[in-house]
Amino acid sequence: MSDRSQLISTGKPFQYDKERDAEFERLVKRYPTRESMILPSLWLIQEQEGWVSQEAIAYAADRIGTFASKVYEAATFYTMYHLHPMGENHICICRTLSCWLRGKQEIVDYLETKIGIKPGQISEDGKFSLEEVECLGHCGTAPVVQVNGEFHEDMDVDKLKSLLATLL
Amino acid sequence: MEVKILSAKFDIKDAHKIEVAKEHGAYSTLDKLFSMTSAEVIEEVKSSGLRGRGGAGFPTGVKWSFLPKDTGKPVYLAVNSDESEPATFKDRYILVKDPHMMIEGIIICSYAIGSHDTYIYIRGEYTTQFKALQAAIEEAYEAGYLGDTVAGNNFKLNVTVHRGAGAYICGEETALLESIEGKKGQPRSKPPFPAVAGLYGCPTIINNVQTIASLPFILNSGADAYKAYGTEKSSGTHLFGISGHVEKPGMYELPLGLPLLEVIEKVAGGVLNGRKLKGIIPGGSSTPVLLPDEAKTVTLDYESMAAHKTMFGSGGIVVLDETVDIVELVKNLIDFYHHESCGQCTPCREGLGWMLKIVKKILSGKGKMDDVDLLRELCDNIEMKTVCVLSAACTMPVRSYLDKFRHEFEAYVTTEDFSAAEAKEE
Repeated sequence: MSDRSQLISTGKPFQYDKERDAEFERLVKRYPTRESMILPSLWLIQEQEGWVSQEAIAYAADRIGTFASKVYEAATFYTMYHLHPMGENHICICRTLSCWLRGKQEIVDYLETKIGIKPGQISEDGKFSLEEVECLGHCGTAPVVQVNGEFHEDMDVDKLKSLLATLL
Repeated sequence: MEVKILSAKFDIKDAHKIEVAKEHGAYSTLDKLFSMTSAEVIEEVKSSGLRGRGGAGFPTGVKWSFLPKDTGKPVYLAVNSDESEPATFKDRYILVKDPHMMIEGIIICSYAIGSHDTYIYIRGEYTTQFKALQAAIEEAYEAGYLGDTVAGNNFKLNVTVHRGAGAYICGEETALLESIEGKKGQPRSKPPFPAVAGLYGCPTIINNVQTIASLPFILNSGADAYKAYGTEKSSGTHLFGISGHVEKPGMYELPLGLPLLEVIEKVAGGVLNGRKLKGIIPGGSSTPVLLPDEAKTVTLDYESMAAHKTMFGSGGIVVLDETVDIVELVKNLIDFYHHESCGQCTPCREGLGWMLKIVKKILSGKGKMDDVDLLRELCDNIEMKTVCVLSAACTMPVRSYLDKFRHEFEAYVTTEDFSAAEAKEE
């Protein structure tokens, strides 16, 4: 597992844009405690910036009215929060049981050769990042990959080729 | 063999939209619901025999009746949409194809248990599913089915979707509650059970998506109509997910109680490419494997699975054909559970790591016969010595592979001359 304890500073203050600001205000009324906003706040940050910086964690803590350490704890525990910028196209390949049985390794091997990076890495031009993830809940249409949140099911090398062509 | 109770609207175009869903009966049980007392609703659900569809199979109505009365505290409903057990992919069909069936179920459950706040905990990976669910909830608010006066009745209900962020453990009830409270998902010690002290310390019911989505049919058609499907103790229908080495993997709604092998043959098209069957994982990756011979007498219900020393689980059936290397499969499984351990209890956090190291050593050809025994011993030493059952979700299946496919582990350690020689010396 990659190191999930180090935060990166952007050197610039963070704040929500108008849309996220409104969503924060809508959601905060739904919970009896403000600390329930820790996970939603982190999602709003990631939606806006693509990743979660040190400044963003400080901002969320301030906005919620809690300790930065509590936001940090959640940001580092939950593996979907990116603690550094990812590739423009973030590709997740399911590595668990059913996808493994239905040939996920072929998918990983192809992507590694084609993009020239291994899971956990970001391509030099910043265009791609690869990640092998645990079960994505699409076992009946395995193997599955998720690109920037979109699911692509029943994958094989041919489908992967056309998918990559749309991203290059 | 297939039936269409929960999946009745799955093939209808745009049934996820409220106007289409309503044309096909969505929200039609609410008049009946509000004419009943909450005790009557609980009684109907109890008598339907509906059991929790998340994996544990606990009777739903009984679970609801554990709520203490008149505590002066709010009662919360948390809908478990974490769906993270490998081989489980049923609930997302409901979220995307018929979310209003679940929202109607939430209204029914909330009325029965006297709750005015529901949190739907959806796994972070379900991005498109989250959007679909959120859109359906907004529609339900606009149409007056959620909010201050549900369907014009003196009943208030708010439903909020809470996104997880990549932690299998948050499917465990109390880790899920911790996560809604903004903490890392580490399970709580029980008792107290959530029905007594759950979310924010208040009485809380946690039900799976499919459990909740089963309620409109039960209320509309009655407990007897539901019981007409399935067996005496395992009533109703279930969304089964069949994956792995079959011709037609996918999600199929079936009544409980059908013969397992017949379902694999007739519903899922049989073993892929006509190959030989090696084993079947009956209910998600944490359930003990069945050999083809054992599977002959298994039916898809809670009792038959228990009688065959495995579990019904989440209904996620995985078919393994003759090409599967069991030791590699075990590594894949341990890798998963080790990665997903929350780190709270030492036997799980460290023990699953040891198991992974041992199985990797065996696979590298450097393992000894003692390592196979050690792996088995570790299963016994880890299981039930932790706050939650994540570790058991790993050790139970691993033990079954060790016991039923021991020769495959031995093949890895005996093919290497040096290890055999070392074993002799000892």
